[in-house]
Amino acid sequence: MRIGFSYNRPMHEHAASIQLVFLARLRERFGIARETYPLPVEQASVAMLLSQLRARGKVFAEELAEGRAFRVAVNHTVVSPDHAIRSGDEVAIFPPVTGG
Amino acid sequence: MTHFVRVQTADFDLGVEVATLRAGNPGVGAVASFIGCVRDLNDGDAVSGMFLEHYPGMTERELTQICETAAARWSVFDTLVVHRVGALQPLDQIVLVAVSSAHRGDAFRACEFIMDYLKTRAPFWKREATPAGSRWVEARASDDAAAARWTDTSAVA
Repeated sequence: MRIGFSYNRPMHEHAASIQLVFLARLRERFGIARETYPLPVEQASVAMLLSQLRARGKVFAEELAEGRAFRVAVNHTVVSPDHAIRSGDEVAIFPPVTGG
Repeated sequence: MTHFVRVQTADFDLGVEVATLRAGNPGVGAVASFIGCVRDLNDGDAVSGMFLEHYPGMTERELTQICETAAARWSVFDTLVVHRVGALQPLDQIVLVAVSSAHRGDAFRACEFIMDYLKTRAPFWKREATPAGSRWVEARASDDAAAARWTDTSAVA
């Protein structure tokens, strides 16, 4: 059951989608900075999303493999793999930070 | 109490920033500050320059949260973080952290805490130019260890 559907969203648009953001080295390797991505199921976990992205193969399977160091932030907050993603969320995937 | 957080390409002036931070507050007895600079050597290779990128929106949010955490832990008046992005060269300033408080102990500790957490949590990434080409800087285990010190309450007052 979906709740909080945006009334001003066109009817033909995918029922549930998120904004995927790739940063720094991952953006370069994937050749993508930002994309609209259909949510596999409502409240899909971060782990489920990563599994789907790995299925793209090549650099995605390599960079997002289990044990590789990367972080996932949902709506600007770093989350764990069991975090539930909702339609409209901005999900960013990036390498460990190196500022300062 | 205010947490001032800025991400900018422009350089900054420590004197101006500290004067602004403590302006009009006679309760300030201490200001501690830290400046990070671009070195010309990293991991044994000459570095001729670097490019810093960040994740707009999350960066400001994360830096503000780090300052709020510091202010909840130590007695401070105001905090300031200025972090530069874009193209930088050796000798350039990268980051400034400044904390005002009544006494030096709180200012010193809060300043170091903010810097340690910034290094491991704020979404900035460095790409550095070396004679062998440009490369993304790898995260350091020593930075994780520095941040972890603050959760060991037996080690830090």
